[in-house]
Amino acid sequence: MHPAPSVIIFTTLSGLGFGLLFFLGLGMPEVTGWVAFVFFLIAYVLAVGGLLASTFHLGHPERAWKAFTQWRSSWLSREGWCAVIALVLMGLFAIGSVFMGERWSLLGWLGALFSLATVFTTSMIYTQLKTIPRWNMKLTPAMFLSFSLAGGALMAGQTSVALPLLLIAALVQILYWRQGDKALASSGTDLGTATGLGQRGSVRAFEPPHTGTNYLLREFVHVVGRKHAEKLRIISFLLAFALPVLFIAIPLEGIALKHLLALLAVVSHLAGVAASRWLFFAQAEHVVGLYYGSDKE
Amino acid sequence: MTQLPTSTDRKMGLVIDLDTCVGCHACVISCKGWNTENYGAPLSDQDAYGADPSGTFLNRVHSYEVLPTESPAQLIHFPKSCLHCEDAPCVTVCPTGASYKRVEDGIVLVNESDCIGCGLCAWSCPYGAREMDMAEGVMKKCTLCVDRIYNENLPEVDRVPSCVRTCPAGARHFGDLGDPESDVSKLVAERDGMDLMPEMGTKPVNKYLPPRPKDQIEDQIDILAPLLAPVAEEPKGFLGWLDKTLEKL
Ligand code: SF4
Ligand code: SF4
Repeated sequence: MHPAPSVIIFTTLSGLGFGLLFFLGLGMPEVTGWVAFVFFLIAYVLAVGGLLASTFHLGHPERAWKAFTQWRSSWLSREGWCAVIALVLMGLFAIGSVFMGERWSLLGWLGALFSLATVFTTSMIYTQLKTIPRWNMKLTPAMFLSFSLAGGALMAGQTSVALPLLLIAALVQILYWRQGDKALASSGTDLGTATGLGQRGSVRAFEPPHTGTNYLLREFVHVVGRKHAEKLRIISFLLAFALPVLFIAIPLEGIALKHLLALLAVVSHLAGVAASRWLFFAQAEHVVGLYYGSDKE
Repeated sequence: MTQLPTSTDRKMGLVIDLDTCVGCHACVISCKGWNTENYGAPLSDQDAYGADPSGTFLNRVHSYEVLPTESPAQLIHFPKSCLHCEDAPCVTVCPTGASYKRVEDGIVLVNESDCIGCGLCAWSCPYGAREMDMAEGVMKKCTLCVDRIYNENLPEVDRVPSCVRTCPAGARHFGDLGDPESDVSKLVAERDGMDLMPEMGTKPVNKYLPPRPKDQIEDQIDILAPLLAPVAEEPKGFLGWLDKTLEKL
């Protein structure tokens, strides 16, 4: 799949933002006043910024409101609803914490629930697609949720929770890569089933329908060199998990130093998740590529 | 409405004969010609006369080589457009209700004034049957020429999809695949019509007729063979005597 910047920014930032909102809703940390204001501001900038970025790839952003109508069948529509409900609930909760010094815990819990539901619905937009075997796995929602929770805990400064969550997310990432690498081959779809000619012999794409490119090739057929991808996986893993774990696990004296390391952990994690998301899109093989002979690669 | 109808009154669709298609791309051109000036937004081209031309097409013809183990390689031309699936994933993923499947004839269409151009339906189609129009920012796909097949202003012979009307080889057939008595259904039954990627669970309405088996050289009856066969394997008479005598020397 074409790794469009808009979707990478969207899934990375919104995932973190809603992860942070989840912990704020649970009262971890229990903040009020100015501190709460800063926390909520960061969470909203990430969550809303990501959502806005996702509208950049629309052909008609002005009609985006119509996407709320089909929640009965469409995960994209459900995501829209969950995001709006989460943002409204958490907005009210934030008003309580920032301006009135009150914690309306029921509201916070509900907001936390919908924040997580938003991340889940985002992941289901990808998971539902049988056409992309690498996404059509249970590990896809597991990855989105574990990343969001780990990142959220890290940003919320919940070191003791963030540590195990980062380790879980790291494990899910490794499992996702391992299973994903086998997904297309084990899906049973190849040029033989795509053309229905497979039982007659080996099928080879002889001539494409046109000499130039087209929407399908631009959108769905993206080839990343294996060596290139391997390197990027290592970099992303180090940045997203190894370094942040190191930064928050070092026993240090002095509040300023601790804050500096926490900030480094967050920045490193963000960069690592973005790299992982780039790979999530760039390495995903859409079966339509088979019609164009992508099985040669 | 992006919920699929549980059943449709008819299942209008195409039957494409891979045995007959000669790969001339006439259907591609006539499809583009008809659909760029009728239903919905035109099918735009980008950089049409430049170095890197591309454009929106609703029908494209691929060519594949099949290499059987026992017989010579075969070249098969392969037209591909929307298969108007019964279980169309492109419809259910659509967040706006722009994509829908008609109850009366099973045709899958896009209501372009509702489409936000998110592209998710194209992601969900295994066959590459949907293309985003780069000029209009809306999703385009085969309409089964919905503006021809019921069009009483056209002579009756023209009330079929443009590709079917144009195909010079007669490789494309149009009809109701939900009616077992229709010509297309009989054709599918007779020729073992098949689904593309059945494992995707889309239940395509369009069917493909596999190429007929090619004649094998061994089994051929050659009417000239008796005339061309060598007359005598072993020399006889004087020549035979000479042959034997020379061999003995
Ligand atoms: S061929 Fe593709 S676009 Fe057409 S109905 Fe099936 S899934 Fe939808
Ligand atoms: S591109 Fe248009 S028709 Fe396709 S899913 Fe999005 S809104 Fe629906």
